[in-house]
Amino acid sequence: MSDQAEKTKHILVALVENKPGVLNRIASLFRRRNFNVDSLTVGRTHRSHISRMTIVMDGSGISGRRIAANLFKLINVIDVAVVSEEPHVSRDLALIKVRANDADARNHLTQVCDQYPAHIVDIGPEVAIVQIAAQEDLVEMLIKELEPLGIVEMVRTGVVAMGRGVRILDSPYEPVIPATRNSNGNGAYQVYGV
Amino acid sequence: MGKVLTGAEILLECLLREGVDLIFGYPGGAILPTYDTLTKYPQIHHVLVRHEQGASHMADGYARATGKVGVALATSGPGATNLVTGIATAMMDSSPIVCITGQVPRGAIGSDAFQETDVTGVTLPVTKHNYLVMDIHELPYIVREAFYIARTGRPGPVLIDIPKDIQNEKIEFVYPEGEIRLPGYRPPQKALPDEIEAALELINAAQKPVILAGHGILMSGAMAEVRELAERAQIPVSMTLLGKGSMPENHPLNLRMMGMHGEAASNNAIQESDLLIALGMRFDDRVTGNLKTYAQGAKKIHIDIDPSEINKNVPVDVGMVGDLRTVLTQLLPGVKRASHAEWLNHIRDWQEDAHERDIINRETEMLMGAQVINDLWKFTGGEAITVSDVGQHQMLEAQYYPHQRPMTMITSGGLGTMGFGLPAAIGAKMGKPDEEVWAIVGDGGFQMTLCELATARQENVGVKIAIVNNSYLGMVRQWQEFFYEERYFATPIFSPDFVKLAEAYGIPAMRVTDRSQMEESVEFARRHDGPVLIEYVVEKEEIVYPMVPAGADLDNMIRRPKPGDVGVK
Ligand SMILES: Cc1ncc(C[n+]2csc(CCOP(=O)(O)OP(=O)(O)O)c2C)c(N)n1
Repeated sequence: MSDQAEKTKHILVALVENKPGVLNRIASLFRRRNFNVDSLTVGRTHRSHISRMTIVMDGSGISGRRIAANLFKLINVIDVAVVSEEPHVSRDLALIKVRANDADARNHLTQVCDQYPAHIVDIGPEVAIVQIAAQEDLVEMLIKELEPLGIVEMVRTGVVAMGRGVRILDSPYEPVIPATRNSNGNGAYQVYGV
Repeated sequence: MGKVLTGAEILLECLLREGVDLIFGYPGGAILPTYDTLTKYPQIHHVLVRHEQGASHMADGYARATGKVGVALATSGPGATNLVTGIATAMMDSSPIVCITGQVPRGAIGSDAFQETDVTGVTLPVTKHNYLVMDIHELPYIVREAFYIARTGRPGPVLIDIPKDIQNEKIEFVYPEGEIRLPGYRPPQKALPDEIEAALELINAAQKPVILAGHGILMSGAMAEVRELAERAQIPVSMTLLGKGSMPENHPLNLRMMGMHGEAASNNAIQESDLLIALGMRFDDRVTGNLKTYAQGAKKIHIDIDPSEINKNVPVDVGMVGDLRTVLTQLLPGVKRASHAEWLNHIRDWQEDAHERDIINRETEMLMGAQVINDLWKFTGGEAITVSDVGQHQMLEAQYYPHQRPMTMITSGGLGTMGFGLPAAIGAKMGKPDEEVWAIVGDGGFQMTLCELATARQENVGVKIAIVNNSYLGMVRQWQEFFYEERYFATPIFSPDFVKLAEAYGIPAMRVTDRSQMEESVEFARRHDGPVLIEYVVEKEEIVYPMVPAGADLDNMIRRPKPGDVGVK
């Protein structure tokens, strides 16, 4: 089932310098090139000066390679991989608030959740919050099944992905610390949020 | 220990180390510390422009004529936004410029302070890269990176926005020697061996090959290699507008310009070819026409330094990413000699047919724009650097002023920026003071940036300005004639008396209304060291032929009429 979804979608992972405005540059590139972004997530990595983005894009009409070539043009983009073209793991996390105000509904909810990598993470007299972290299509299926109960609120993180095995996407790069900064006692290179 | 310097001093020290001796700019509050510091740096000549758009175009013209990075300087807010058209122009044509703007002090950023504009935000889509300096310690690194990024790989504009307080702040200055470390910037160099092999197979098997010669040849300095490739395998060369000069135009293999106003022989050859070898060009819609019918029978090899250009508009069989000169050097040893006699003869028939078609395409007593350009070519010996504006005169320049040398034809190709001509010519002349530089402009475009006449006068820049005055926004009028049933709306354009105007600026000027005055006009221009303006009053309703209507098939051209053809008034 994952194959089907991935045929029409590209998943790219980009390592970017952790500097102000980088997210803006990427968003601007996609808008400018008329690329259709499904989801874009940014987060830290084990290196404080590198952030990592996962970008899911509509794959019709453009190859993953061409999107990557455009990303490479940005000076702050260190490396790019089209992970949808290799074996990979991808996860989307959703919090789904559904109506669960009687015993039937709650039973049904538990049954549904048991079939998925999903948990009920909050429950009250009126509603419950279901959390799922899974492949995007699995998340979609769960949502479909929960719809009859009545979804009242939902949030998704967007997809994060990683290639499988020993193909490592990492960069040994260390930022340059201006020579004068240390002698002035201004401390280490400042790390900005994206 | 280095010396303790202000941010403004550090900036100028770094510029000196980049070899900068000329800056085009305009002062204002947020850049004043830098302006004040310029008084201590007489090695750097500052040219006061009359509008910041002029500064970015001048930097661009300077860069295109010299191959060096041009520098523009402006204040925050309106000063910076005025630069934008010039930056976008440089971006589209991959011209290396560095723009430096003042910004409000760091503490005021985000407060809608007086003359605050998010300049890095505004210029993000039209720069190769830009910087907002938030830490003075980074300033020397940023200036170095900016020049490096501007001139390497696929060149382009870089902007550095410097808050006023950083220009005043003092630190110990240590110039960062050694390698520039940009982890995400690795300009490609060589093609892969199997790509070279695949390309050679296509080249050596081709019967009807055509080289598409683009701007990248000039930027990479691959003129000799391209010529070698063309001559060894007898491959005809068709040029893009910005590729002009990449091969001498009188070379027998040169088919001259391709595209919307290209030569019929060029376009026909492309459409009938069995192999296109695209060198440093990007298949712009102005050169391909209808993509669906573009060179259907041709295999395609594309060499460009920008990987995002490969397969962008036209799917290719072999795409090679690298520096053109390097890749051609890899390729050449495997290219077999060939004669392609049949193919070249076939092309020659098309060329002869075109020769019959005179440059007089309307029966008129008036001087024609085409004649003006042709005669300027003749009387300047074809050796001038020409800087054209945008419109009919630009296309006529491309058709009737053949260039023998690289980097002598400067024009706004990708963006088609009216107003580019005069300031870019000033920049070109200041970069190449020993060359004869002609600005060839229309009456419309000239009026967009004519304030720079004052700059030319103040600096005594010996640029020769040829205004081809047809009393219309001619190129738009042509479209109205062809595609909008001759409704000439908003295209008739009033102009001042250009001769009197020039004289008001203290610039010698002359008006030419008859072809017999052409030689005299060039002599007149040459007689004066400083700027000279010549107004050529030409036929109002001239048409630039041939023409491929926008989106039509490339070989579906409205041809130059032959004398006596129906349609020649
Ligand atoms: C800044 C800008 N605005 C509008 C246009 C659209 N445009 C292209 S050619 C042209 C007419 C140019 O007229 P003129 O400068 O008189 O030159 P001519 O075509 O008559 O030689 C116009 C308006 C443009 N290219 N640039």
